[in-house]
Amino acid sequence: MSATEGQPPAGTPSTATGPEEDTPMKTATDTAATPAEPSGAAAATSTTTSTAIEIHGLHKSFGDLEVLRGIDFTIAPGEVVCVIGPSGSGKSTLLRCANLLEQPSAGRVVVGGTDITDPDVDIDRVRRRIGMVFQQFNLFPHLSVLENLTIAQRRVLRRGKAESVHAARENLARVGLADKESSYPSQLSGGQQQRVAIARALSMNPELMLFDEPTSALDPELVGDVLSVMRGLADEGMTMMVVTHEMGFAREVADRVVFMDGGVIVEEGTPDEVLGNPQHQRTRSFLARILHPNDTPATDTP
Amino acid sequence: MTTQTPAADAAPAEAGPRPALSPRRRRRLVQGAQYVILAAAVAALVSLADWQQLQHQFLQLSVARRMFPDLLTVALANTVLYTLSGFGVGLVLGLVIALMRLSSVAPYRWIASVYIEIFRGLPALLIFIFIGVGVPLAFPGTAIPGGVYGQVALALGLVAAAYMAETIRAGIQAVPRGQLEAARTLGMSHGLAMRSIVIPQAFRVIVPPLTNELVLLFKDSSLVLFLGVSLETRELTKFGRDLASETANTTPIFVAGLCYLLITVPLGYLVRRLEARHAKAR
Repeated sequence: MSATEGQPPAGTPSTATGPEEDTPMKTATDTAATPAEPSGAAAATSTTTSTAIEIHGLHKSFGDLEVLRGIDFTIAPGEVVCVIGPSGSGKSTLLRCANLLEQPSAGRVVVGGTDITDPDVDIDRVRRRIGMVFQQFNLFPHLSVLENLTIAQRRVLRRGKAESVHAARENLARVGLADKESSYPSQLSGGQQQRVAIARALSMNPELMLFDEPTSALDPELVGDVLSVMRGLADEGMTMMVVTHEMGFAREVADRVVFMDGGVIVEEGTPDEVLGNPQHQRTRSFLARILHPNDTPATDTP
Repeated sequence: MTTQTPAADAAPAEAGPRPALSPRRRRRLVQGAQYVILAAAVAALVSLADWQQLQHQFLQLSVARRMFPDLLTVALANTVLYTLSGFGVGLVLGLVIALMRLSSVAPYRWIASVYIEIFRGLPALLIFIFIGVGVPLAFPGTAIPGGVYGQVALALGLVAAAYMAETIRAGIQAVPRGQLEAARTLGMSHGLAMRSIVIPQAFRVIVPPLTNELVLLFKDSSLVLFLGVSLETRELTKFGRDLASETANTTPIFVAGLCYLLITVPLGYLVRRLEARHAKAR
């Protein structure tokens, strides 16, 4: 879906949902704008809301340091959004607020119709529906690849052994590592570890995937494998929010690019708009530094 | 120094105009001198020692034979029992204190810190005397269950817990934060993530230092000596000392010492093996 603009937040920012994830309070009635979403992988069980994730007035401070200073944006189901920006701009913090790894200081985060900032919400239940991939992979080193993929299926989703192993193998094949199921993480390259991490997240059948600079810790020659797995996911209709420095990936795969700086969204739009014809000076100077690091003088433009 | 003269002679010949020894040659010279000193010391010791007397005092077989089978069935068995019971108490208490130190509730952290500071700062002997003498004096009529065994397990456990708590805490904190975050993003609760992801990894880190703690406890079990033990509850040190004064011979102490080494040396070897394996795995 080439969503030029996410769905308007469409009112109803009030009623907090209860601990049940699928309260029907915000069904298709008030947000009938979107057609049926193409997301095949998304659990088509309950959430017929038109947004995968909605963020309203998000602020986050670490002590005196205000990292996020009022973020509003939404992601539609099946949409791929790339968040770019200089380091320290708050993009990773924004991503981590989306599954409450960081507790927002103010504002609301609504995932698939559930207000996860509501203190009554069972965050563990919500997190099952949100896959996350980290810069440092964070595979469990004491478990084999197969166990990495099955442990949460078994202990959290209460799936049986056969079922969880089946799902794990399917997802390992999806990332091209079917032959590595009995290896341990330390025996794999960084690129392979990251693909296992993606498969681990997919094994929980998430509706939404968050990627926190998934290729930043990789040797350059290993980046391509990970990006092609992510591109495949996007093609299958997975909803994805990707914090990245890979401008090529953003240009080709993203439906929308968000440029952040100084804790606010400076500019957002299609890749052609933001990357091809940026409107703001800050975006232009950031892109110049990223795309032509050798041409620009070392002086730091604000 | 006579052995080194050829090398010293050769130096100027090769080095040509340089009169001083090169650093490498000087080092070889110093090393040679150290061997000479060692050889002289050993020779002096061997010639001066009264071997007959030494054997009579330290390795008198007739005395050593009198130590069996009680040496193994009573003394060594009790030492092992004291050590393991103290280790068990220490491990459970240590885990609780470690988790308290990591608690988000501040008073728990304070209590744990105070406990650790007190019991690491006091001599183990003082704890033994406190448990064995102080408690019965302060609370007449109360008895620690298990008699001497209970007292030893408690005293050793109280001391060991302070050290183990710090070890366990360090082990838990050595697990990268990303592990807990990854587990939580898969929908695991905090408790489940700790149990199935963090603590198993922490234990791999702390097995070597915990084994080391076991060695220390094994030696500290000798402090039972001061609790006034009966014939059946004697351990190696007390056993050796009693027999030494009985026979007016040092052999029992010597043999008891060998028994300690029989356990501590293999354990120490095991610790080094575990540490090497862990260094390789990470």
